[in-house]
Amino acid sequence: MTVPAEGFPAAASRELRNRQLRRNLGQATSTIRAKRANVVAEVPDWEQLRAAGSAIKADVMANLDSYLLQFEQALTAAGATVHWARDGAEACAIVAQVARAHGVSEVVKVKSLTTDEIALNESLGREGIHALETDFAELILQLDGDWSSHILVPAIHRNRTEIRNLFRRTIAPEIDSDDPAVLAEAARRYLRERFLSAEVGVSGANFGVAETGTLCVVESEGNGRMCTTLPPVLVSILGIEKLVPSFTDLEVFLQLLPRSSTGERMNPYTSLWTGVSDGDGPQELHVVLLDNGRTRVLRDEVGRQALHCIRCSACLNVCPVYSRTGGHAYGSVYPGPIGAILTPQLIGIENAPTLPFASSLCGACYDACPVKIDIPRVLLHLREQAVEAVDKPAERLAMGAAAWVFRRSDRMRLVQRLMRVLQRPLVRDGRIRRLPRPLSAWTRTRDLRPVAESSFVERNGSGAARR
Amino acid sequence: MSDAREAILRRIRSALGDGNAPTQTGDRQEIGREYRRTDGRAQDTLVELFCERVGDYRAEVQRIASAALEDALTAAALRSGGRRLVVPPGLPAEWRPAQLELVPDAELTTAELDELDGVITGCTVAIAETGTIVLTSDAHEGRRALSLVPDLHICIVQASQIVGTVPEALAQLAPVVSAERRPLTFISGPSATSDIELKRVEGVHGPRKLVVFVTEEPP
Repeated sequence: MTVPAEGFPAAASRELRNRQLRRNLGQATSTIRAKRANVVAEVPDWEQLRAAGSAIKADVMANLDSYLLQFEQALTAAGATVHWARDGAEACAIVAQVARAHGVSEVVKVKSLTTDEIALNESLGREGIHALETDFAELILQLDGDWSSHILVPAIHRNRTEIRNLFRRTIAPEIDSDDPAVLAEAARRYLRERFLSAEVGVSGANFGVAETGTLCVVESEGNGRMCTTLPPVLVSILGIEKLVPSFTDLEVFLQLLPRSSTGERMNPYTSLWTGVSDGDGPQELHVVLLDNGRTRVLRDEVGRQALHCIRCSACLNVCPVYSRTGGHAYGSVYPGPIGAILTPQLIGIENAPTLPFASSLCGACYDACPVKIDIPRVLLHLREQAVEAVDKPAERLAMGAAAWVFRRSDRMRLVQRLMRVLQRPLVRDGRIRRLPRPLSAWTRTRDLRPVAESSFVERNGSGAARR
Repeated sequence: MSDAREAILRRIRSALGDGNAPTQTGDRQEIGREYRRTDGRAQDTLVELFCERVGDYRAEVQRIASAALEDALTAAALRSGGRRLVVPPGLPAEWRPAQLELVPDAELTTAELDELDGVITGCTVAIAETGTIVLTSDAHEGRRALSLVPDLHICIVQASQIVGTVPEALAQLAPVVSAERRPLTFISGPSATSDIELKRVEGVHGPRKLVVFVTEEPP
């Protein structure tokens, strides 16, 4: 996972000039927002479910080592092979090793953010193994060498005509309609052969049940069922934070996730499998437990709650920043508010110092989060770290000077008087719209209120303030 | 990679503090579960709700008397162009219409399954609030591939199998998972995608047509 060196502000201002992106994204986020609001409103105990979801995840993090060992034991007893991977490279090597052991040059893949995070497809590609994306949107992106802009609907920045043209160039030369149903049919035909003949499937997992060793994949299209059922060999990769303690705990998350994510009461397909079942599905199951920075996140008692995320994308759809810039501006596999707190923690704040600032701190993400991650609080916490990690001498000097002024009222009064004179040529209609360099960086996107002609104390007398 | 295993466990214990000692099952917290476990409405209300919610997914759904089931199954299959349907080994005789060509699943290959028009299955439990049917690879449901590869899925739900809420369904399913380790498939409508401009398209890789019959009496 890499974040472009340009940082969020530069990437965002570029993305904002893309009118198709803004139109598609505005429509998509508002549609999903409305659907979500409807299906959440009909659940009378939504807040109780959120509270339980949050408590379950907090318990998992507080006892992560013992839950992982329990999960490993249950999986092994159910006939699965458990692997542990400290980082992406180790995880990719395990998948490659399984593929090589079965002599395959292609694996079929369920959409998985975790495998995107570790760049599994690129890594397998270097070993001569093609990882075929089978989710409709992921297939579109893979065919075009593009990348995801939304957790749930990764190709939302593309329109139907572009996709028809892409399919003509690649998988369906004869296609002449841009009707989404026709395009979906073309993907179905193209992938069906591959599903039926695939030897190795690769999936992520939405949840892993520590008590039983059960894995869970939540999806809509049926490609997940194809990949986890038809190939004789299955490799499932999950971050170590994906556990829930017991099978019963799924009753909370299977209510929270679909309603928060697609705005449906339930998604079309949820698959749960517990190891290997005789005569049904893969007879060889590998499970890869991935760290890749998660234990680093666990270390931070405030930031740790980012690991509670169930990847529903509700915070993206309600975010005034994300719904305008789109996912590419974040330069991270995890975009939006959750990406702004997860990515800097996974890869180190010094490698993504601008992301915690990609927010207006309005708090809509916190309200929408089905597991009550206090995203604004973590954003502020990470902003502190970013300031410490990246030294900006001018900013430090300015803040030091401000602190010196604010410390004594006579200094404050003196500066106020000075500013009233200095600001005169800049004030237009009660606003300062442009400051001289280098302060112009601040007013490029904001108006500044001028210093008032008289202060509160001057108007009311110092006694008024005290009473 | 036992090195990786030890390293990750060590990192977790170090991150959690507490002298880096392994956590014990006794450290786990009791979870406050204030949410609804049961629905509590009358069974007939739940059956009506289930049918309405399945219909919302644009699946075909019909309440039907057991005596009329055979004809209804035949008609539903033919309406969708289904003549040759696979049936799981334990499907009750009453659910096997004589007018259709039924192919028993005797270790059919995936390619052979792909040649068939549809499948008839039962289910283990159904959830009214979400319009969901749950299959557990039981004898009257068959292995997972049966309800996945053919393009038409006809599922027979007995009214008594319908519960109100997700927690009620999971309570019934827990022993199936913990004692028998059977795979579960939750199905809520036909397969679907909204990946292009958020336009919903029914039918991508799973069955494009889902027909649900709700019968009053068990066979």
